[in-house]
Amino acid sequence: MPLLSLREAIAGHVRDGQSIALEGFTHLIPFAAGHEIIRQGRRALHLIRMTPDLIHDQMIGMGCATQLTFSWGGNPGVGSLYRLRDAIERGWPQPLAIAEHTHAEMAVAYQAGASGLPCGLMRCYADTDLDRARGGRLARIACPFTGAALRAVPAITPDVTILHAQQVDREGNVLLRGIIGAAREAALAARCLLVTVEERVDRLAAPANAVVLPHWLISAVSVVPGGAHPSYAAGCYERDNRFYVEWDDIARQRERFQLWMQEHVLASADHAELLRRLRITA
Amino acid sequence: MTTAYNADEMMTVTAARQLRNGAVCFVGIGLPSAACNLARRTHAPDLVLIYESGTVGTRPQVLPLSIGDGELAATATCVVSLPEVFAHYLQRGRVDVGFLSAAQIDRYGNLNSTVIGDYARPTVRLPGSGGAPDIAACAREVLIIMKQSPRSFVARLDFMTSCGYLGGTGERRRAGFPGAGPRAVITDFGILRPDAVTEELQLVAIYPGATVDAARAATGWPLRVAPTLETLPAPDPADLAVLRELQAATQAAHARALRIDLPRPAQT
Repeated sequence: MPLLSLREAIAGHVRDGQSIALEGFTHLIPFAAGHEIIRQGRRALHLIRMTPDLIHDQMIGMGCATQLTFSWGGNPGVGSLYRLRDAIERGWPQPLAIAEHTHAEMAVAYQAGASGLPCGLMRCYADTDLDRARGGRLARIACPFTGAALRAVPAITPDVTILHAQQVDREGNVLLRGIIGAAREAALAARCLLVTVEERVDRLAAPANAVVLPHWLISAVSVVPGGAHPSYAAGCYERDNRFYVEWDDIARQRERFQLWMQEHVLASADHAELLRRLRITA
Repeated sequence: MTTAYNADEMMTVTAARQLRNGAVCFVGIGLPSAACNLARRTHAPDLVLIYESGTVGTRPQVLPLSIGDGELAATATCVVSLPEVFAHYLQRGRVDVGFLSAAQIDRYGNLNSTVIGDYARPTVRLPGSGGAPDIAACAREVLIIMKQSPRSFVARLDFMTSCGYLGGTGERRRAGFPGAGPRAVITDFGILRPDAVTEELQLVAIYPGATVDAARAATGWPLRVAPTLETLPAPDPADLAVLRELQAATQAAHARALRIDLPRPAQT
């Protein structure tokens, strides 16, 4: 588990055209890593995330992605992701192909990927229009033991999963605390796992059942304090709800969005500089 | 304190009253979250709230902006993973009430939260499914809270994201859904409930000052009215006071500027 700068980790492990899962269910969202992908100008990515939020709005609006697999794409509690909408509704800055699931489906798809199974299973009742849009009847199977109707969801196996976490220890083991979403499943489903963390410690003060990713699963760890902002890291800092509300105005128009990205993300050499620019840190 | 109230407050207080103490409720963000937390602070202190972020038995002091605010985790009985909350709690049948909202609803309580217009070339791309189809399928019953207008209460959904009673008259039951479907739709005019036979939503209760004609004008299908239409009481001033206090605390919390005190410098 090499300890790399975030710039080195992204440069060394994220390539154009790959499928990249940046997970985090409103918590521990790897914003700093997404920004570095934008700075390094990655293209034609297949982005995967249960709840793509502002960082995905930014990557899509900056032209990094041509595909999105997701289950809910909005600004939580605020409204639309305008860059995501612009890509789907008007193909700007380029068309975005979407593969859409429900939360439960995406959770079992990650679990299947993490378990080495080709698909995950769940109960199946009537088809919705989403099932019809993606030919869902084809994915219906009968349980061989009971005959119960089941829906098979193809496994998700990202080329790279990127997570943000609270701590890494000297050996390179990583601890996640709080709301974990499908982070563990996304990590174990991936061929390559990158992690940014708030801090490096000698030992993780973790109870036996804590969510710890052992060092030998991880391709690179980068220490990026504040790396989840404007999302949050439980025990370190809170969610910047005000920024989520402000994003609604920033992202609504293409020109203002591009200017904001230029003046903040692209003008900052790294995440520490961005946080200073946003006056989040001293 | 004034006894005047607005439509959102009337809806939220009415929706809260639909929740019985001790029920296990899977909560959506926005109006459902406000109604559930009002219920928990008034007549239903033992209401068990589960948010889809995996926070089980949470008791937030302020309303969360997102489904996964830190407040939800910090005040929860336990925090479980996404696969766990959807498989072990929801699909396994441990949720009494699913509380949803949507962009469009039809006369059988089917919901659209995906697109306005054509799916491949939408006029408006909405956030999408989230957990709503899973909740609509598996919760023992569903409550829906939505403002009534011809654009949201439509004769035909642009897209059916989540199943209500499908085409009605038992179609949902025949499809084998474990959950019974929408028990009530709380709107800014009153309460709609499914007909016992056809399962078509009909107006069964109306707010003081609201009229049947106005409710019909705000509905995109010929809205049926129950033979005995109940007039709901104005919101209890005590309920209103609790709701306003909760919302004031929420606004203050969400407007607070964030400062991050960075941890000690990284040791490399």
